[in-house]
Amino acid sequence: MYRYDEFDAHFVSARVEQFRDQVRRRLAGDLTEDQFKPLRLMNGVYLQLHAYMLRIAIPYGTLDARQMRRLAHIARTYDRGYGHFTTRQNIQFNWPRLKDIPDILEQLAEVEMHAIQTSGNCIRNVTADHFSGAAADEIVDPRPYAEILRQWSSLHPEFSFLPRKFKIAVTGAPHDRAAVQVHDIGLQAVRGADGNIGFTVFVGGGLGRTPMVGRKVRDFLPEEDLLAYSEAILRVYNRYGRRDNKYKARIKILVHETGLETLKADIEREFEEIRGGVLDLPQAEIDRIVGYFAPPELDAGADDEAFERAVAADPALAAFAECNVHAHHGAGHASITISLKPVGKAPGDATAEQMEVVADLAERYGHNEIRVSHEQNLVLPHVRKSDIPAVFAVLVGAGLGDANAGLVTDIIACPGMDYCALATARSIPVAQRISERFASLQRQRDIGDLKIKISGCINACGHHHVGHIGILGVEKKGEEYYQITLGGSADENTSVGEIIGRGFSYDEIVDAIEKVVDTYVDLRSDPAEDFLAAYRRVGDAPFKEALYGSA
Amino acid sequence: MAARLYRAGGFVADDWLLLGDEDAVPETGRLILPLARFLELAGAGRSEPRFAVLVKAHEDPQLLAPHLAGLTLVAVAFEKFSDGRGYSTARLLRQRLGFTGEVRAVGDVLLDQIPLMRRVGFDGFAVSNEPTIRALEAGHDVDVPLYLQPSERSDEVPAGARYWARRPSGAQLS
Repeated sequence: MYRYDEFDAHFVSARVEQFRDQVRRRLAGDLTEDQFKPLRLMNGVYLQLHAYMLRIAIPYGTLDARQMRRLAHIARTYDRGYGHFTTRQNIQFNWPRLKDIPDILEQLAEVEMHAIQTSGNCIRNVTADHFSGAAADEIVDPRPYAEILRQWSSLHPEFSFLPRKFKIAVTGAPHDRAAVQVHDIGLQAVRGADGNIGFTVFVGGGLGRTPMVGRKVRDFLPEEDLLAYSEAILRVYNRYGRRDNKYKARIKILVHETGLETLKADIEREFEEIRGGVLDLPQAEIDRIVGYFAPPELDAGADDEAFERAVAADPALAAFAECNVHAHHGAGHASITISLKPVGKAPGDATAEQMEVVADLAERYGHNEIRVSHEQNLVLPHVRKSDIPAVFAVLVGAGLGDANAGLVTDIIACPGMDYCALATARSIPVAQRISERFASLQRQRDIGDLKIKISGCINACGHHHVGHIGILGVEKKGEEYYQITLGGSADENTSVGEIIGRGFSYDEIVDAIEKVVDTYVDLRSDPAEDFLAAYRRVGDAPFKEALYGSA
Repeated sequence: MAARLYRAGGFVADDWLLLGDEDAVPETGRLILPLARFLELAGAGRSEPRFAVLVKAHEDPQLLAPHLAGLTLVAVAFEKFSDGRGYSTARLLRQRLGFTGEVRAVGDVLLDQIPLMRRVGFDGFAVSNEPTIRALEAGHDVDVPLYLQPSERSDEVPAGARYWARRPSGAQLS
């Protein structure tokens, strides 16, 4: 994984000192709250419903045991003993005090971490496939490119006051696990005819109030043009993106209002001016960064035999193997998803003790690597299959052994009204109640792959638009109402879900979701036809009828 | 209060007058004209060395391309410090149009934005915010003096062997 050199270490400490000084000037009254706000946001500090929230960057979701232990320490010392992993592969702490934040940032800097650009109208933490560097279907590890983009975008002088936030995601596999088409820039690595690496580029994807699937602007962008092309997109956006209405300020609205062809021409014109200059990526620089992400030395003698014997003897392990073990490019190895979605708990939360268990496992069995997935789970990317039974036993002991990755209880939910100042409805308790309803693992496995995503307001942080089943909480006459959307997806066939009909009250929503799921189970052509495929085949009519009766 | 001009590390006297959209053009004195008025006068054959231009956030600096050789100052307006369009304006003036005169930030110019403004090509800062003036007078530097992108400054030097890493020529990476 990427290691800080002397430059990075100085950069991050200087940034901490800069923020310490900004906090001091804010408290002294030299900065108004209006002037301070974008500065604190660019250091990940939000003002939430009850307290400040600190969002810490985990670039492309990669961290090691030492870093995870430091997060556990921060959770214990400055928060209430837990942290919340987010849909952008970050972690947030919900209860730090403003005066402690410079100290927290200093402690993070000691382990090569920071909170830079996890919020605000700037280029945010760059995300990537959580199985990067491990997945069997990968063309190229996308993390070196994410790291190159991270460096280029860090304190970028021209793009620190954009019209709105700007999110970039990169995937290196044909099966998109990074949801690139719902990002401001989505990059899908492809190999050109000559064997060179390039990217299919999508622009203007995003969720929020106006969900849009990213539009393709390039089939093949050569890797050496990555920064020049990104700079061109950002410059066009910075100059022409709307600033009169924050809800219309994302680049997706610019794409929509300008028209794809015109905007594409604007970008290409800008790119023509920039290319061939200092932003061209030299091969040596790409190679240097790629060097940091060299795959770990896997055990060449590893095989599947012991693992398969153990699976045959233990149904619980078999269930775990089916959902939480992912194909690795190395023989006898796998990537393991550690579910942060135990029945009845808040999705994405982990206690300090659980973080330490995961850190220990990564060191002992996982080449000291941990990933955070945008689905709010953790991943051990490189584990010998023969070690999985031992890893599973430890996970079970720590309350982390749920074999539900990708199943109906693997729910994404935003913090909702329990924490967030913007929310209009609760999300976490709805996720908890749904997971309790579907608690039986037998039933979950029978239902199969199903992504439920819940947002507590129209800003859509819970990505409900791209849930196979999406739930949007809104407020109506002082009461919480939940709208259901069906058929959304955020993979290589991204689609925005459609609203099925009138909403349901907080008390009714779980029954409604169960009806939708049962309807699917009854109508699927065979158990291998998953929810999304069935919905795409039959449309919304049977679901409407189940929910509202025939009209 | 009136803005004070900060250049090259200190506050300096400034005799440029910012002319409003409706103000009559005085016969003498150095004037910063709104872009539209400048272009109008230039179109009528009236270009004088005592004229400079103010480019607002939504305006296109590339309209100045034919006139830059005769200009010593282009001012870029920041109506609100949070409106980042002026950063691209300065960049285009330097990088695309090769303007070598003064590029001055005017309006809501604040201490924490000045380091970023410098790197996109600003070298003059008309400051009216009192805490910013005090901090600049005290030599309070709020920059993170390590950079990860190319910039418009000529005084940045490589910081180590990395392709991108830069630092100000004065600062040591200790």
